[in-house]
Amino acid sequence: MSFLEFSHISKAYPGVQALSDVSFSVAKGAVHGLMGENGAGKSTMIRVLSGDQHADGGDIIIDGQVQKYASTRDAFHAGVIVIHQELQLVPELTVAENLRLGRFPANAGVIQSRQMFSEVGDKLKSAGIDIDPRRKVKTLSIGERQMVEIAKAIMLDARVIALDEPTSSLSSRESEILFSLIERLRAEGKVILYISHRLDEVFRLCDSLTVLRDGKLAAHHPSLENVTREQVVAEMVGREISNVWGWRARTVGDVRLKAEGIAGEKLVQPASFEARAGEILGFFGLIGAGRSELMRLVYGADTRSSGTIKIDGQAVHAVDPRQAIRAGIVLCSEDRKHDGIIQGRSLEENINISSRRHNTRFGILNARKEAEIAETYIKKLKVRTPSRKQDILNLSGGNQQKVILGRWLSEQGVRVLIVDEPTRGIDVGAKSEIYEILYQLAEQGMAIIVVSSELPEVMGICDRILVMCGGRISAHIDRNDFSERAILAAALPDKKTPDAIAS
Amino acid sequence: MTNSFKKILLGDQGLVVIFVLAFALVSIFVPNFLTERNMLGLLQSVVTVGIVACTMMFCLAARDFDLSVGSIVAFAGMVAVMASNATGSIMVGILAALLCGGAVGLINGVVIAKFRINALITTLATMQIVRGLALIASDGRAVGINDPNFYQLALSKLLGIPTPIWVLAILFVVFGFVLNRTVFGKNTLAIGGNPEASRLAGVNVDWTRIWIFTLQGMVCAIAGILLASRITSGQPNAAIGLELSVISACVLGGVSLAGGRAAIAGVIVGVMIMGIAENVMNLLNIPAFYQYIVRGVILLLAVLLDNLRSSALGRR
Repeated sequence: MSFLEFSHISKAYPGVQALSDVSFSVAKGAVHGLMGENGAGKSTMIRVLSGDQHADGGDIIIDGQVQKYASTRDAFHAGVIVIHQELQLVPELTVAENLRLGRFPANAGVIQSRQMFSEVGDKLKSAGIDIDPRRKVKTLSIGERQMVEIAKAIMLDARVIALDEPTSSLSSRESEILFSLIERLRAEGKVILYISHRLDEVFRLCDSLTVLRDGKLAAHHPSLENVTREQVVAEMVGREISNVWGWRARTVGDVRLKAEGIAGEKLVQPASFEARAGEILGFFGLIGAGRSELMRLVYGADTRSSGTIKIDGQAVHAVDPRQAIRAGIVLCSEDRKHDGIIQGRSLEENINISSRRHNTRFGILNARKEAEIAETYIKKLKVRTPSRKQDILNLSGGNQQKVILGRWLSEQGVRVLIVDEPTRGIDVGAKSEIYEILYQLAEQGMAIIVVSSELPEVMGICDRILVMCGGRISAHIDRNDFSERAILAAALPDKKTPDAIAS
Repeated sequence: MTNSFKKILLGDQGLVVIFVLAFALVSIFVPNFLTERNMLGLLQSVVTVGIVACTMMFCLAARDFDLSVGSIVAFAGMVAVMASNATGSIMVGILAALLCGGAVGLINGVVIAKFRINALITTLATMQIVRGLALIASDGRAVGINDPNFYQLALSKLLGIPTPIWVLAILFVVFGFVLNRTVFGKNTLAIGGNPEASRLAGVNVDWTRIWIFTLQGMVCAIAGILLASRITSGQPNAAIGLELSVISACVLGGVSLAGGRAAIAGVIVGVMIMGIAENVMNLLNIPAFYQYIVRGVILLLAVLLDNLRSSALGRR
């Protein structure tokens, strides 16, 4: 018996058909997975469901009733609550105040705090959420905030709860708590729409699954029995991916980059390392281990207090990114949105921002050459976009990352490429494309440094791994000696054992 | 029919379309509007705002702000008159004014870019300091021009069109080119779009911002010299409130206050719409007091249109 039904939903944005004729339904008391690569239309689907965007065609049917809502407010009244990746809580208010926002228990305008706290406290307890309602939201961890959002949905008597990538910033312990909460909601007969591109989670939690690809329905599995992960991956990318990593042996040359005694405000212990031509060097560590900080110091994004950098044996005096680029060092930052893309400007401009200096005369740019470069890298990196003039903000995360890579590939004389979390928030298909690009660049003699907090990724693509822990390099492991246990042991501060984290 | 009309209005050239329509309507219905004399008068009246808008466009596009423009215009006009009176050379006067304007801009730029003081606060301060300098230099009085040739800067004509209008046209062309076709212009837009990402992409952010403000100062000086020539004296109280007219014209022309978006065509249209509104009200003998209201309403409507346009474009 289907409770929530999407019927022939279509939605177009300028230049992109985000959804075309998508239909599927979800039963009551089910957790339904919605998967797809970035840009496949998952987010648009959620926006249509939440009333944030209007479908160009098609209906949403809840409990047999066709929903005609004009705003998020109407969706809300129909019992649909969407929990977005960016949480919508007021940091300065307490948990209870956030949960009762807009419906404060008040007497002549004075909030009945005691009543509110005890009521909310009871509700949280009965939902199995262990958070003090008097705490301010800004003091909560991301995981706890997520719980508060879900509590909000429960208190509003939501019938349909959609979770958009809920575990993307949660620790594994926090994820577990979230999963048990979801299971409890399922038992209560709610419909849960679970958007994720983590296969493990989807297979563990979901009863049924829909896969979108390029805005179309790629597959609908009313049950996950007899469905394999490989099959779902193939449905997502539209082809078989046998080996995501695709690592292959390469000849490694002389030392390209030699960094000695690098230290700065955010990295107190000086660090030294070297990377060879044709080598892919991984930096692994837990969040806060100092990997990104070290790379920012090497690139000159932050000011070094000490340290020397040599490229091909020559000392380089680069103190800011501009000089580093000229010396042949480039960095793709971890935080794409804040440090990578130039919002509101086209792909073409985002690609050419640095390399255009080679094509100018007296500061005047060569429009034809820039268009040519943009087209070249859009094609080479398989960036999915209607045109090079498109605002970069309209692209999916994976495509934005490719544009940033294009920015550096179009530069001349790059000898060291540092990529910080190159595949964060990027789907499987685009991931292996990005790895392939890195291999090709290494084969051409570049030294590639990959910073990642995903262990399988560094183990899968790197020739050598340096592990960082507590702001210093704690281990140096060659590909032949890669083992999860050894790497984690070096990444963890003394007292914890690797098993505690690995499990 | 209505749909395609909506599309045109909310498209990239929407403002230009509105401008053309408004111009046509006004030409038909307002007597004496479309005469050579009135057209030249109209253009003359927008010279100061138009010249300063050229560089204000860069300032706003880089997510900055400059409130000191009115003061620099007055101060530079004053310097030009006093220096040429003192030396007997108009050239020296012009150079001195450009130098002083550039210097004020440079100070603005260095304080904002290097010492990271908010542009609004910095230029609010220099706006007052520079106005004070203009008043002190002249002891609060207007300073008359000695050399009648100085008047010729504003009075002389080329092909029947007064020099200031030529200057305005040339500056529109030059800065339009600089914005779209030079590294400096593209870097300005990139900084407005995302300053940190621009820095990490190798853009010399501080240098670019300092240059924007320095150019702004020098361009204000040009406007100041032409204004002094037209009013035949250096006036310490000239161009009060100019910053607001200029910023209005830019915003009217689709320059985003959030940075990263600007076009010279828009700025020209913005300047012209403001000028025409004032001109028409004068022709129709509408009292000056009402003109404030009309200007404010036009600005609000323009921003509203811009908002509609952004939401019509939609974001994934």
